[in-house]
Order: sequence, then C-alpha cells, then structure tokens
Amino acid sequence: MSWLVRVCATLGPLELDVDLCGDARPVALVGPNGAGKTTLLRLIAGAYRPQAGRIEVGGRVLFDAAAAVDLPPERRAVGYVPQGYGLFPHLGVADNVAFGLRARGHSGGRRAARLAAERMLDELGCASLAGRRPTELSGGEQQRVALARALVVDPAILLLDEPLAALDASARRQLRRFLADHLRRRARPSIVVTHDARDVLALEAEACVLDAGRVVQRGTADQLRRAPANDFVAELFGG
Amino acid sequence: MSSDLGTPRRPASARVRIDGLSALSGGLAVVLLALLVVPVVALALASSPADLVAGVRDPLFAPALSLSLRTTLVSLLVVVITGTPLSWWLASSRLRLASVVALLVDLPVVIPPAVVGVALLETFGRRGLFGPELHALGVSIPFTTAAVVLAQVVVAAPFFVQAATNAFRKVDLDLLVVARTLGASPGRAFLRVAVPVALPGLLGGAALCWARALGEFGATLLFAGNLPGRTQTMPLAIYTALESDIRAALAISLVLAAVGVALLFVLRAAPGALSRERRLRGVSARVGRS
Repeated sequence: MSWLVRVCATLGPLELDVDLCGDARPVALVGPNGAGKTTLLRLIAGAYRPQAGRIEVGGRVLFDAAAAVDLPPERRAVGYVPQGYGLFPHLGVADNVAFGLRARGHSGGRRAARLAAERMLDELGCASLAGRRPTELSGGEQQRVALARALVVDPAILLLDEPLAALDASARRQLRRFLADHLRRRARPSIVVTHDARDVLALEAEACVLDAGRVVQRGTADQLRRAPANDFVAELFGG
Repeated sequence: MSSDLGTPRRPASARVRIDGLSALSGGLAVVLLALLVVPVVALALASSPADLVAGVRDPLFAPALSLSLRTTLVSLLVVVITGTPLSWWLASSRLRLASVVALLVDLPVVIPPAVVGVALLETFGRRGLFGPELHALGVSIPFTTAAVVLAQVVVAAPFFVQAATNAFRKVDLDLLVVARTLGASPGRAFLRVAVPVALPGLLGGAALCWARALGEFGATLLFAGNLPGRTQTMPLAIYTALESDIRAALAISLVLAAVGVALLFVLRAAPGALSRERRLRGVSARVGRS
C-alpha cells in the first residue's frame, strides 16, 4: 500500500513545497519548529487546501489540483492524532472512540458503535478507561485513547503529530514500544512527527527532514547520522 | 539577619509602597463600592412584606411580568438562532470583513438605547426606511409587542455575539479537524464538537443577553411605547407605577433585582463551582485507580 504527497501551499509565513512518497512502513517527519510538519499533516487531512499538487493514498486520489479533486476531510479515510491528542473534552472515553463510528452512521446504532469502541480500546490495552473522562487520564492514556479513536474507523493512512512529546520518560519508553509494535502489525501507511531520534529507530521508520517547508534529507536513522545534511540533522541524530 | 530568611526583602518593601498608595485609592474604591451596593440594599429594605404583597397584587404587576417573560424569551431565541452562526463565522473567519462586522455588532453597545429606539422608528416607522413597503403589506410594527422584541434583540444581541465569538475562538482547531477526519460533516462537527466545547461561554452570553433584554427601557419606550399588556414590560411598568403606587414599583424592582442577582451568581459562581467539582471528581478518580 503506497502513498504520495506532492503539495505546494502558502499558509501565512510558511511556504510549503513537499514531494514525499512511501509504503506501509512508517515515515518519521522531523525538523525544527516552524518547518511545516504540523501544517503538512493538516494538508493531508484536508484542513487546508494546497495551491497545487496531488495527494494519493493506496491508489485513491484525495487531492489533485489539476483534476480539481479535493475530497473533504470526512471522505479522505485519514486518521489524524494531533499534538495534545485532541480528545473531545465533553465526551467520555468510549464516546470519544465511538464518535467516528456514529458520524459514519455505524450500522446497528449507538449501542453497537459503543461496543465496537470498547473492543478497539480493549485491543489497545485500555478497556478499563472506557468509563472515564478525558480530563482524568494521564498523558499516555490519552494517547492510547486518541489512537483508538483514530483507528476504529480503519483509516488508510495514520498521521501522528508528536505522539510521545508530552509524556514523561518512562511513559514515553512504554508507549514508543507499543506504537512501534502496533504500526508494524497494522502494516498500513503512517506519518509520525517527532523530535526524538529514538522514535525514528524504534519505529524502524524512514526519516524525512523538513526545513522551512522543504524536504532536505531522507533516509534511515543510520544514514542520517553518518551523512547529516545540516546542523539540525547532525544534532538530532548525534552524528 | 537570620530573621530575614524566608521573607525576602524586596516583596516586603514593595508591599509597603503599595500600602502607602492604598490609603487614598482604598478610600476612593470604598466610595464607589458603596454607590454600587447601598442602593440595592436600600431597595431590599424599602418594602415590608405587606407592601410587597400589595405591590404584587397591583394590576400593573402580572401583565408586565408575563409580557417581559414572553418577549425576552422570544428575543433570546431570535438572538441565539441568528447570533450563533454569526459568532461562528466571526470566530473562524480571517477576512478583514470579519473585524468590520464585529465592530458593527458592537454598535448598539455604544449607542444610547433611546437613540436605538429612534433609529428603529426611522427603519420600521410609518415614515421610516421600510415604512411604505410595510404599510403596503398592511403591517405596522411600532407600538406593538413585535416592536418590544425588536428593541430587545437589537440592544441585547451584541452581548451574546461577543461572548459566543470569544467562546468559539477558544475551540481548538485540531478538535474540529479530528472530528472531520473521523467522518463528521462540517455541520456535525459544529453541532457535536464546537457547540458543546463552547457551551459554557454560549450560556454565559445567553444569560447576559437575557438580562440586558429584561432590563431594556429606552429603546422600548420610544419604539414600542408604554401600552399595558402590549408593550409595557417590567421596566416600563416601574416607570408608570412610580406615578401611581410606589409599592408596585418596588415589587417589580425587587423581582428584576433578584433575577439579576441570580444571573450574576450563575455567571460568576457556577463556572468556578463546576470546575472545582470537575477537579474533585478527577482527583477522586485518580485516587480510586491507584
């Protein structure tokens, strides 16, 4: 299952000009603050409209400026987990996870959607959280719930914005392992924004360095460590 | 010098300097506070229970209360239905037009209510902007209950729109992006995510708006008149009662003041209590887990 993101977009001070493609292996998006990482995820999700380009996931065209194709976010089959997880504060954990099922008119109504949500939570090892409120969860728990919510509608591509940044060291280690396992088993495209070289290694991801809206280098953590394209890469991968 | 440990010097000396100022400023503050509070206390002390009963039985009281409740609920409904989409647009639009519109919405706040009344007459009155068209349709708005509602809507709407716009601005964009990627249409994302997340701010705005509509006097008097049962709302009934039976004026005043105090409590105390309660629930849940 392959994907392709070729976008040109000017959003405020940022000029994004990116040409990326990948397969089922995770891609780790790294780069300094303001490089356009979050913006790129939101462009793929359909929150912003690029001026030009084409976005394709698994042979399905989500956006094509030339062909005037621009699917709205709800038809893109994109799983988006923003920085800070974006759990709906007014809904309980189970209702957060069931949100996508209900929005899509899940067959079987409310109860079936809730059961499916609970199964998904169980699969991610957090069935016990179903009755909680998002405000009562630790960072790691919020991350798992956000992941369950994104995965329950079976997206074609998963976009994770700094999934481990807000966690303390031990939770980060634990969740990193969990995420690496899950992405490997799922074997579907995913793009993970991170500031941590250890994430790139653990996820066995191809790293893609974004700077000032452009891709400046791609490669495995090892390749980037040996031949860093700039100081940022050198510092990040400890070359 | 050991006595200085734990009490850093600078804050202490800073406090002394502020204390020096506060003798004067404190006195001024007390004068203002007295001006704000004493009249309300005086109002509460003004009537005996017997006077109150007499006031409530006054023929002015019941129709004015009923009219005020009916008209303010209709105008609140009109403001919420029309103001919510406007606020959403104001909160999410980056166009320069939006800031111009926000300024226009604030106009009735800075224009005196009596002037709003005259302006409404110049719009809907017989010789007003739409006068000929309305006359041709056989519709006459001034000095009707509809005029009361219109006056209340114009004067009170800015309070709701301001509060709702602020509340919508605080809704995290990512929440909406997530809702959309999960399959929600723009309308569903708005109703199921933006509105519930902004709800405390929306309710606060609605409460302020209702309070302002309930107290509307100037625009109503000029545009709708003071006709018992048709346009005589509670503030206008106070005005009339002062000339006949002050007990009725006091009774109506007390009702309006009590509503105001209740709304103030809901606006200021309730959100704090709510978040305290949420925190407590959160803490007990965390304790229960360990």
